[in-house]
Amino acid sequence: MSQKNMLTHGVILGIFCLGFGLVLAVTNSVTVDDIAARALEDRQNSLSQVIPNEIHDNNVVKDTLTMKNNLGKEITVYRATKDGKVTGVAYEIYGTGYAGEIKLMLGVAADGKVTGVRVLAHKETPGLGDKIEVKKTDWITRFDTLSLGNPPIEKWKVKKDGGQFDQFAGATITPRGVVKAIREGLEFFEAHKAEMLAAATPTANPDADKSHTKEEH
Amino acid sequence: MATSYNTIVKDGLWENNGVLAMLLGLCPTMAMTTSATNGLGMGLATAVVMAASGLLVSIFRSYITQEIRIPVYILIVAAMVTLVDLSMNAWMHELYKVLGLFIPLIVSNCLPLARLEAFASKEPPAQSLMDGIFMGIGFTLALTAIGAVREITGSGTLFADASLLLGPAFKFMEMRVLPADTGILMMILPPGGFLVAGLMVVGKRMLDVRAGKAIQMGGAHSAA
Repeated sequence: MSQKNMLTHGVILGIFCLGFGLVLAVTNSVTVDDIAARALEDRQNSLSQVIPNEIHDNNVVKDTLTMKNNLGKEITVYRATKDGKVTGVAYEIYGTGYAGEIKLMLGVAADGKVTGVRVLAHKETPGLGDKIEVKKTDWITRFDTLSLGNPPIEKWKVKKDGGQFDQFAGATITPRGVVKAIREGLEFFEAHKAEMLAAATPTANPDADKSHTKEEH
Repeated sequence: MATSYNTIVKDGLWENNGVLAMLLGLCPTMAMTTSATNGLGMGLATAVVMAASGLLVSIFRSYITQEIRIPVYILIVAAMVTLVDLSMNAWMHELYKVLGLFIPLIVSNCLPLARLEAFASKEPPAQSLMDGIFMGIGFTLALTAIGAVREITGSGTLFADASLLLGPAFKFMEMRVLPADTGILMMILPPGGFLVAGLMVVGKRMLDVRAGKAIQMGGAHSAA
C-alpha cells in the first residue's frame, strides 16, 4: 500500500469517526437532561418504596446528609422526619453479585428495623439473578421489619451458608451478595445511629429541586 | 444486481437465518434466551440496530474502502447502539428499564457485522434496510423460539413478564405451562442454551433435507 493510499484511508476513517462522534455528542446533549430527570424520578420512586409514607411529613429527597460508608465511599443519607424528629433513614448500599456490583436502597426506621429494600441497579443474569427485583418476585420484601437482632447476626446469610434467607434456584451468589449488603447496611446504621438521627437540619439538595421544575415528557 | 425483496425476506427468516443457518450471534443468543420474553426483547433491539446500520453502510458504501471497512462497520454499529441506548433511556424509560440490559450486548453480536460485510456493502440502501429488518426479525424469531423452549422446560412458564416488555395489554401472553418448581434448572443455564440451539439447527436442516434442498454450509454463500 502506498503512502498516499494510507493517508486517504486515514482521512476517510477520521471523517467517519468525526461524523459519528458528532452525532453521538449531539444525542448526548439532547438526552442528558431527560436522562438525569428519569434517574431522579427513579430515585424518588425507590425512596418512597423503602420509606413508608406514614412515618414522615417531610420531603425525603431534600433532607439529606452526606456520610462515608465502610468502604470509604461517600453516600447520601435521606432522612424521613415527622414533627421535627427523624423517624427513619434511607441510603444506598452496595453488594457484590455474580456479574459485578448490585446497588440497593435500604430504608431503616429509627428503631433499627428495615422499612424496605429495593434494587436500584444490577447486572445479574436475566431469569436467574434478577429475581432480586421486586417486579420479578417478592423475595426482596422478606427483609421488611427485620433488624440486626432479628434474625440473630449469624443467621443473616442465605440458607446454603447456614442462614435463614432463601437463595434462588440456579443463583446463590446474587442473593448472598444482597443479604451481605443489607447486613452491612444495618451495621452501618448501628455504628452511625447518633449522627443520622440527630435533630433534623434540612439541607438543600441542589439536584432535588430540578425534578420539580422539569416538565414531564 | 440488487437482490429481490423476496429473496431477502426468505433468506432472513429461514434460508440463511442468522442463528439457525449461519450460526452467528451465538453470544447474545446463549445469554439472552433464558426466557421467550428476553429473547424477543434482545431480537427486537438487534433488529433496530441492524436495519439502521445496514442503511448507513449502504449509503456510504462507495466511500468505505476495503482497507478500513471493518473499523467503520464497528464504528457504525457502536454508534447506532449508543444512539438507541441514550434515546431509549431518555424518552422510553419504562421500556429501557426492561430492554436496557440487552442493548450494549448488541455490540458483541457478530451478526450485524456479518450482514454489513456480506450484504450492505454491496447492495443499494433500500435492499440493505430490508435485509437488516428481515435478518433482525429472523434473529428475533430464532431467539424467541429458543427462549420459549428453555423457559418451558427450565422454569415452566412461557412469556413470563411479557407485559413489562410489551405493555399491560400483553398480559394474556404470560402462561404457566408446568407447575412451579418442576423445571429442569440446566435448561436456563448455559448448557441448556447450547442444547436447544443445537437441536433447532438440526431440526432446521432436517426440514430442509425433507424439502429436498441442498444443504449449505453455514452462511457459505453469503459470507464467502
